[in-house]
Amino acid sequence: MAAHAPTGRPNQLFRNLNAKIASIPMMLVALVIFLGGTIWTVFYSFTNSRLLPRLNFVGFDQYERLWASSRWIISIQNLAIYGILSLIFSLVIGFMLAALMDQKIRFENTFRTIFLYPFALSFIVTGLVWQWMLNPEFGVQSVIRSLGWTSFAFDPLYNPDIVIYGILIAALWQGTGLVMCLMLAGLRGIDEDIWKAARVDGIPMWKTYLLIIIPMMRPVFITTLVIIASGIVKVYDLVVAQTSGGPGNASEVPAKYVYDYMFQAQNLGQGFAASTMMLLTVAIIVVPWAYLEFGGRKRG
Amino acid sequence: MHNIVSIGKQSSVSIRDLSLSFGSVTVLENLNLDIRDGEFLVLLGSSGCGKSTLLNCIAGLLEPTEGQIFIKDRNVTWEEPKDRGIGMVFQSYALYPQMTVEKNLSFGLQVAKVPKDEIDRRVARAAGILQIEPLLKRKPAELSGGQRQRVAIGRALVRDVDVFLFDEPLSNLDAKLRSELRVEIKRLHQSLENTMIYVTHDQIEALTLADRIAIMKSGVIQQLDDPVIIYNRPKNRFVAGFIGSPSMNFLTGELVEEGGRVVFRTNNVSFSLDGYDASEPLRAGRKVILGVRPEHIKVDGDIQGGEVHEAVVDIEEPMGADNLLWLKHAGHTMSVRIGGARRYAVGTNVRLAFDMTMASLFDAETEDRI
Amino acid sequence: MADISTLNTTVAGFDAVSSRLASGPSGRKPRRMLSTRNIVLYGTLTVAALYYLLPLYVMVVTSLKGMPEVRLGNIFSPPLEITFEPWVKAWAQACTGLNCDGLSRGFWNSVRILVPSVVVSIAVASVSGYALANWRFKGAELFFSILIIGAFIPYQVMIYPIVIVLRELGIYGTLTGLVIVHTIFGMPILTLLFRNYFASLPVELFKAARIDGAGFWQIYFRIMLPMSLPIFVVAMILQVTGIWNDFLFGVVFTRPDTYPMTVQLNNIVNSVQGVKEYNVNMAATLLTGAVPLIVYFLSGRLFVRGIAAGAVKG
Repeated sequence: MAAHAPTGRPNQLFRNLNAKIASIPMMLVALVIFLGGTIWTVFYSFTNSRLLPRLNFVGFDQYERLWASSRWIISIQNLAIYGILSLIFSLVIGFMLAALMDQKIRFENTFRTIFLYPFALSFIVTGLVWQWMLNPEFGVQSVIRSLGWTSFAFDPLYNPDIVIYGILIAALWQGTGLVMCLMLAGLRGIDEDIWKAARVDGIPMWKTYLLIIIPMMRPVFITTLVIIASGIVKVYDLVVAQTSGGPGNASEVPAKYVYDYMFQAQNLGQGFAASTMMLLTVAIIVVPWAYLEFGGRKRG
Repeated sequence: MHNIVSIGKQSSVSIRDLSLSFGSVTVLENLNLDIRDGEFLVLLGSSGCGKSTLLNCIAGLLEPTEGQIFIKDRNVTWEEPKDRGIGMVFQSYALYPQMTVEKNLSFGLQVAKVPKDEIDRRVARAAGILQIEPLLKRKPAELSGGQRQRVAIGRALVRDVDVFLFDEPLSNLDAKLRSELRVEIKRLHQSLENTMIYVTHDQIEALTLADRIAIMKSGVIQQLDDPVIIYNRPKNRFVAGFIGSPSMNFLTGELVEEGGRVVFRTNNVSFSLDGYDASEPLRAGRKVILGVRPEHIKVDGDIQGGEVHEAVVDIEEPMGADNLLWLKHAGHTMSVRIGGARRYAVGTNVRLAFDMTMASLFDAETEDRI
Repeated sequence: MADISTLNTTVAGFDAVSSRLASGPSGRKPRRMLSTRNIVLYGTLTVAALYYLLPLYVMVVTSLKGMPEVRLGNIFSPPLEITFEPWVKAWAQACTGLNCDGLSRGFWNSVRILVPSVVVSIAVASVSGYALANWRFKGAELFFSILIIGAFIPYQVMIYPIVIVLRELGIYGTLTGLVIVHTIFGMPILTLLFRNYFASLPVELFKAARIDGAGFWQIYFRIMLPMSLPIFVVAMILQVTGIWNDFLFGVVFTRPDTYPMTVQLNNIVNSVQGVKEYNVNMAATLLTGAVPLIVYFLSGRLFVRGIAAGAVKG
């Protein structure tokens, strides 16, 4: 028998070298842009950079200025109102549409196509259509007035108090189709025997939904919630197209604040501080979810 | 027999101190195995025992954590699968769905830049051996399960390799096809005389195909032997229970001395151990397990002497050629295989005798054969 | 079109979301056709559908009216006299700033941005997904996790560092720069999509190819790619609509003469100079929405699969 001489492990760096080379773009993006870029922005939010980023640290000055700015406060308030309402309405409307679609109806595909098509459109297109729809001279308000209700008033885009609701309407029109689709997929994932069992037990349909189906769909709801929520924080184009932040600055949002300070007002430090606040908001939403979703799975 | 002839020949595949763990989970532990040239070795075990992992290590699809692998005395531990001189057949056939049978067979040769006429020659030869010539222009989706598996074997065949690896190749087929292809694989091995390593959880496949069987459990080879020896002289209780259907009867008890002889005693009933071929002297007081296969318990007319016991028929399971009786005796229920024509009513009293020459005794603690 | 519909059927088999949609409703059985229940059910759905269709209808009728008629009538009334003048004007004459060559410029800019961005982002992400699914190496999952978490980070946080990187590379404001930006931000979702898809293919195929001696690229091009056309179509739908609809990156990373269609549309409609021509605006809006709408109507269920990809967590 020949001598079976053991050999050592070859250098691991060169194993599957092609796979590693092919993954370089992914690694670069993950490290340089996503990780590095985020750290860079947070870092520079503590400087007084204006036209160009400069390493002149001023502590929390930018944040103090940010929270003292009435425009930022309005932006945050708007985001809160818009965020909470759009979460509630899109989940409720999306789920109700999905439940209706799940009743063994005819033309299911047609209905789904109709509910979902706005999602294919950009926020710019959405904003502009609804700007026109809500135009007080020609739009919904004037049509209803011409029907005889002459005192009817609904002009959100010209009324600072309710302008955010005008944006909400447009956003719901654009986004509820997606929520419906996700919810419908969730409903279809539920064992048909559950329905049979509930029926045998004589539980009314609405109670079955409320007490059995919705609790079973918890993962779907959570995932949908995270998707909607991270979209809400990013809302920008819609406001630009529909109101440009007006009237006055009644419909400003944080993402627009960041853009304006970074690229128009040439006050980078403010932009960085504001974007860091956005990051914080997202972290508050995503971290607990990621912990539940992935951290919990590892233990289980 | 093949394995006897090949003793003394060089070993084809050698595995030295092989360990593999994923994180804290150890799948293979310090495993040693020598496979002789031209041998048909079956790795047998239930799922999760590490048999497929071992095969993947030999193929080079998994890197061991520790240890070395030699094929034809060449250290291939760190070599690419293609450079190891192996061909592999998978459970799910793993045919490339977008390629015709011909392309499936020739893909590996094309990648290796084998000249065109050589490729054609080898594909034609493999197709001839496996009788799949009429299928060459078809896509895998147009083939039956049996035909697909034949093509999968062909793909290993064209590569002209030293060692064939089979990973549960027949598990996705129905019972009838399985036994047909089993015979074909055996015939293929007889005509090619290649080394074949065959992973399965099916003991019938293992017993019918193997020159030697390696029974695995939790990443450790429990016994590596000729099928007949594995069946009749299992090394430990696990092997004894794993092989054979219905399973071996196990009676737990104790060795005691009675009238100058050591006997097996359970629930106050003594069984004579006359005829048992022990590998070490039997000492009284030792806790043991007695294992007897259903066909090694004789009933009524079959008894040819020896110690006779009385038992009661509990359940009768007629199985056509055989009849399986479940008998109650000494606080145990044991299965007994008798001829299909002999029927017993439940509750009947029968006489039984153990064929101690074919029985096994295991230490109750280590579960190793005594 | 025929291609897409056959792909539709192939895709349905392995897709969690769309096959669930295809698997049929699980609610209770309908009874008689004209029961109260059915009237309420179909009534509600129809009203909802009309609501969703209304803006599209208003866009179309407004864009077909002349300005005098727009000023007189209400937005819901059908046009008395159909005119395509607003469409022509929107396409060829509408002004942004001093440029008065219409949306056509933005359209072609968008096409020039779209094609390389879609190709490059899908190429990069599919290879990364393939490497992640089949060629796991130490640390790969860590990078992937950063990528997925990065998908939730607001773009605003990363946008300025990217500006700096591109400026250093000398490609800030160029088409190449914008293609890179789209590739970067398309990467998390696309890599996830491809990784999950490749991981769902039988691993024995990959093993067989390795035994056959095929390497990283040979397996990718000769085994994986031919088996994965449906997922490439899904990724294409996702990217075509996503990149076409982008506004933020267009504004930040291009110069005015290379603005994509969305940015130009916004500038046309929201320009403060001159008289508002609502019919032209609506024609322009429709023109901009046309590409994703056509993709949507042609792709049907694959679109659902694409957008739901974000919901299907690996």
